[in-house]
Amino acid sequence: MLKRRLISAVIGLGALVGATGLTYAEEPYIPIISKGFQHQFWQAVKSGAEQSAKENNVRITFEGPETEAMVDKQIDMLSAALAKKPQALGLAALDSKAAIPLLKRAQASKIPVIAFDSGVDSDIPLTTCTTDNLAAAALAADKMAELIGNSGEVGVIVHDQTSRTGIDRRDGFLNQMKTKHPGIKIVSVQYGAGDHLKSAEIAKAMIQANPNLKGIFGANEGSAEGAAIGVKESGKKLVLIGYDSGKDQKEAIMSGLMAGAITQNPVGIGKCVVDSSVKALKGEKLPKKIDTGFFWYDKTNMNDPKIAAVLYD
Amino acid sequence: MTTQSDTAALADQKRSTGFKARLFSPTTLQKMLAFASLILLLIFFSFASPAFMQMDNILGILQATAVNGVLAIASTFVIITGGIDLSVGTLMTFTAVICGVFLSYWHLPMWMGVLAAIGTGALCGTISGTLTAKMKIPPFIATLGMMLLLKGLSLVVSADKPIYFTDTENFYMISQDSLIGYFLPSVPVPNAVLILFVLAVLSSITLNRTALGRYTFALGSNEEAVRLSGVNVDRWKIAIYGLGGSICGIAGLLIASRLNSAQPALGQGYELEAIAAVVIGGTSLSGGSGTIVGTIIGAFIMSVLTNGLRIMSVAQEWQIVVTGLIIILAVYADILRRKRSR
Repeated sequence: MLKRRLISAVIGLGALVGATGLTYAEEPYIPIISKGFQHQFWQAVKSGAEQSAKENNVRITFEGPETEAMVDKQIDMLSAALAKKPQALGLAALDSKAAIPLLKRAQASKIPVIAFDSGVDSDIPLTTCTTDNLAAAALAADKMAELIGNSGEVGVIVHDQTSRTGIDRRDGFLNQMKTKHPGIKIVSVQYGAGDHLKSAEIAKAMIQANPNLKGIFGANEGSAEGAAIGVKESGKKLVLIGYDSGKDQKEAIMSGLMAGAITQNPVGIGKCVVDSSVKALKGEKLPKKIDTGFFWYDKTNMNDPKIAAVLYD
Repeated sequence: MTTQSDTAALADQKRSTGFKARLFSPTTLQKMLAFASLILLLIFFSFASPAFMQMDNILGILQATAVNGVLAIASTFVIITGGIDLSVGTLMTFTAVICGVFLSYWHLPMWMGVLAAIGTGALCGTISGTLTAKMKIPPFIATLGMMLLLKGLSLVVSADKPIYFTDTENFYMISQDSLIGYFLPSVPVPNAVLILFVLAVLSSITLNRTALGRYTFALGSNEEAVRLSGVNVDRWKIAIYGLGGSICGIAGLLIASRLNSAQPALGQGYELEAIAAVVIGGTSLSGGSGTIVGTIIGAFIMSVLTNGLRIMSVAQEWQIVVTGLIIILAVYADILRRKRSR
């Protein structure tokens, strides 16, 4: 009785998901394995990829693990994607080496691989669609220096210690301060997992511990928005610089709580992945790296159509 | 000493007289239910997508189950005692990091790295066991503390960077090479899976045929009664947590070998997947009953489900919803079965 009920439940569930699974036409299929899916940034990459997929008549899927630490889960996703015998593959590798055995398999089956966001220690990917995070974080440092008058104490909140973007943005910011703005002292570098709440607590603690703190740099969407919450709750006035986009961050900049932020071009990254895959399928040659660009935005240029196009909610 | 063997004999007697009853006991039926669900899932996904029943994909599923399966075995022991171990995921990571320190920082031979991982696991498990048994900290809290402590230590020891096993050429073989493939080239089952199955058999024997196993069940059924009969409950409990810890060390080796690196930020959240596998496999969270076979089936249900939904290109958000539903369904089935058997 119970067994039957369980069986029918399983079949029912299966039918539900099966209905969506069996209606595909014979278009080229390109799975895109990202570093995450629930952040607005990845959603923007996804929407760019979807736009390009529509224009080029290809079918894509877009998925990524729940946190950027889950290297093994990403490998499982890659393995399942390859089992589907795709025509091309997009990958934002969480670890620059771990995916290589599977990429070799892709290469052996003549599946072109397009890397994005961060590269792989291998020449298998035909190209990498990415932001120069070191240069972008250096621009954030320059803006910070300009806004606090080239001297004083600054804190940094980074999303994590191990991912390429975390390392590059932290080092890009710190190195630029050290070499170009020696009057500025970095009093603290903390990690909040890109979690709003944790980052807010970190910001508050930083302000508490360093009464002369003049500025905070949040190195991704969650870190920056969390820092904004922390600054607001502490009631102190300081220069806050963010990274990436998102509704909260845009509002914080509009209200003056945040001075400005660096934005990458996630929609452009997504488009670049699918466009490059299609080009590879046509046998066109691709450059080793495609810089998708970054921009500084603040209250004054947010409505500029060129900037508005790369911001997302 | 005599009282100890008395209890053991008592437990033995109880188990042997109830053999027929045991065959139809909630645990056994739940196990069969779980097995039936696994078969159904396999059949369903085979029809849903031609890419599912391909050797490449089956090997992918097996490989994806290995780490969670081993962690779930570790959790099974602790959960049968009526406890819980939330630190299995980050302990796995920590053992991988220690192995990395031994092999890549200190350039020691590979077997020492393997021993270091398992030894570190056993040590940390023993600490968790001591916290709960001697210091009477509830296992949920003690292992929650250990979970965070070990996560932090992994980051500290590795200086926040992945440790690559580039100097130990054969390290990748622990997980990725295939011993079976040498004999049967058409089914290159990765070693990680072989290790999972060997470990499952050994654990099952430990649980069913040794004193440690008998006390694992006894502690979960009625800890007070065991204590009153003169058994050194604390010592057995510490031993069980220690055993769980050393199994986490094996999981650490498997994941490190698979990624050819120790990833220090990994691990949190893996304990919940392990617990889910244990529960789907029919082990009761209130302790006293459970099987390793059930746990392995539970781990496979989780990974087949994840892989199958991926192969069908179901949107990721819905994959999570379906996985949640299956866990609720599995536990509810268990509760219904218990109610009816009462």
